[in-house]
Amino acid sequence: MDLTYTPEEEDFRARLREWLAKALPELPARPDPLDWPGRRAYDLGWQRRLYDAGYGSLHWDAPPALRLIFLEETELAGAPYVGANFVGLLHAGPTIAAEGTDEQRARWLPPILRGEAVWCQGFSEPDAGSDLAALRTRAVRDGDDYVITGQKTWTSHAEIADWCELLVRTDPEAPRHRGISWLAMPMDAPGITVRPLRTLAGPAEFAEVFLDEVRVPVANRVGAEHDGWRVTMVTLSFERGTAFVGEVVACRRTLGGLARTARANGRWDDPVLRRRLGRLNAEFTALWRLIQWNVGAGGEAGGAPGAGGSVFKLRYSQARQELYDAAAEVLGASGALDADQEWTAARLSSLSYTIAAGTSQIQRNIIAERILGLPKGR
Amino acid sequence: MDLRPTADQRALQTSARDLLARRFGRDRLRAAVDDPALDRALWRELGAAGFFALRLPEADGGVGLGLPDAVLVFEEAGRALLPGPLVAGHLLAGVVPGAATGERVVGLCDVGTGGARLWEHPEDCDELIMVEDAGPDASCGDGPDASSGDGPGASSGCGPDTSSGDGPDAYWNAPDWPTLAPLRSIDPLTPLARVVSYPRRAPRALDVPRLRREATLLTAALQLGSAARTVEMAVEHAGRREQFGVRIGAFQAVKHLCAEMLIRVDIARSAVYAASLTGQSLPVIGAKVLADEAAVRNARDCLQVHGGMGFTWEADVHLHLKRAWLRLEQWQSGAKAEEALAEALLADAAAV
Repeated sequence: MDLTYTPEEEDFRARLREWLAKALPELPARPDPLDWPGRRAYDLGWQRRLYDAGYGSLHWDAPPALRLIFLEETELAGAPYVGANFVGLLHAGPTIAAEGTDEQRARWLPPILRGEAVWCQGFSEPDAGSDLAALRTRAVRDGDDYVITGQKTWTSHAEIADWCELLVRTDPEAPRHRGISWLAMPMDAPGITVRPLRTLAGPAEFAEVFLDEVRVPVANRVGAEHDGWRVTMVTLSFERGTAFVGEVVACRRTLGGLARTARANGRWDDPVLRRRLGRLNAEFTALWRLIQWNVGAGGEAGGAPGAGGSVFKLRYSQARQELYDAAAEVLGASGALDADQEWTAARLSSLSYTIAAGTSQIQRNIIAERILGLPKGR
Repeated sequence: MDLRPTADQRALQTSARDLLARRFGRDRLRAAVDDPALDRALWRELGAAGFFALRLPEADGGVGLGLPDAVLVFEEAGRALLPGPLVAGHLLAGVVPGAATGERVVGLCDVGTGGARLWEHPEDCDELIMVEDAGPDASCGDGPDASSGDGPGASSGCGPDTSSGDGPDAYWNAPDWPTLAPLRSIDPLTPLARVVSYPRRAPRALDVPRLRREATLLTAALQLGSAARTVEMAVEHAGRREQFGVRIGAFQAVKHLCAEMLIRVDIARSAVYAASLTGQSLPVIGAKVLADEAAVRNARDCLQVHGGMGFTWEADVHLHLKRAWLRLEQWQSGAKAEEALAEALLADAAAV
């Protein structure tokens, strides 16, 4: 048990801090959330700066402790979030790095790292959500191409993506986990229609993607044909591992803000609310420690967190919703019912956390079956 | 930076688990339910194994280890439901002669504001340390016999003259000094008495805030061990018991209960281990809150998974639940802990 960082790690932190202090004031103004081209340019521009400063590939090749320091410090400094680079840096990129050929790595990875390409994820379908292996989007071989027809959904950043990491069914006769392939699909290919989906929080944060006889070269397949399920599992554990580190730091800051606001507006006099905030303090402190635990465990296992990520994801998603429920109480009616109030908007967004990246129910199945060894069932 | 125990620490924890499995297995546990008098031979054996002297310097006959190591050993004691004033014996090993070796059994009772005022195993203790808050609120004892009796350390009477100033105070008591109110303990393994009053005849110079902090942390470690054990019990049962032709662990209604139990353990463990490294007050309080939650709710869920069997005296589940309820009231109970954690938010600038 050790919570101290090595001198090298502290040095990394100090240099990063110094760089952030210089780089952040030079950033352009943040784009309007509805301005998709503006968001694309902003997010890619941030990745380019990270790349130029030597932090571009950190999510892939740095030791877990450095990744943790990076995510902590960027959040504390108020740096931009990974944004449109999310799928490229945390799903598709690591998958290509792990499973792609030399040629594929040379083709797709440098643009991700240099902030030149946006990737989106074509996994979920209207009838394949939690049960992802039920996906039906068909890919039929035709010479050197696959011809793809079907529909994907919950595809974030589809409007501005250059590439889509796409799961397709290449063998409808095989057992369902064995007939799937992983393809890199260029988003400008003919036959692709993107229809933005509005979330309950207001803006369109993801989209449906309709595929009508879209041709994708066989050379764009990563991994063996029909082996896409195994290839995919590499990316999913990445998503549950490091994606929320910065957010936990941000939640702790928000919690402090809630306490100060409650003190200022008199709601602090309510002992029930105070105790609720006190408990959330313990909760988010412990979540940070759980991250550190998982980082240590991940360092041993080779980077990708396993089922331990499910434990964190489940508890964090609940805690985040409790945080913003408490915010509503701190704000009172005029704030809690004001859709433009920052915490109220965040409360709406927080509703996705127990659903996205594997629902809480699916996470509990994973924990019960893979960690506790309980029998599979319904 | 790695929060997980080192190989040495895992070995220490394993040896504690082995000792307890050998000396305090299920038969012994059930025998203690029928007769909760402390097993003095076991107590001395714990002393010989270094359970109490774990953190005393080697020069003083101790093991020379730290708080994280103590937490790992206490986790095992919690898992085994080992009864007795373990926290007191450990924390007072360097204070009360004979405590370190287990020759003498010492009790520790918090009678300060919000303290439980409960004395564990009153019949078994050879001596007792009272900790309280000094200052204007600390009245002169609080019972009729505050200055009666004539034991050792006899500056009879009480009050600011025996106090160290503005910090909390500690007093040594012979076992027959305090006035007690009887209490039939909810936990069959832990006899209790409520301390009504006691003489402040023999002050002891102890670092009471530190004593409280470490007692809170070690109690949290006991809760953690219990919480981890009830997950195992629930999983064992759910993986064996069949209804509707399948093992009940295959039903999501059951397996999701078990998953939530594991999550509580993991979050509490991260908090307890990290607090043992920093030793700071707030992380310790936070760890206690989460370990209490894990122990109590896991025991209840474990009971639920066991169905009707879980409601019987014969099953061990109730022993975990009752001990968890008891520890919940000891050293930083819910409301006071949450208030302290809330208050800290006003000062804290989200420092990690």
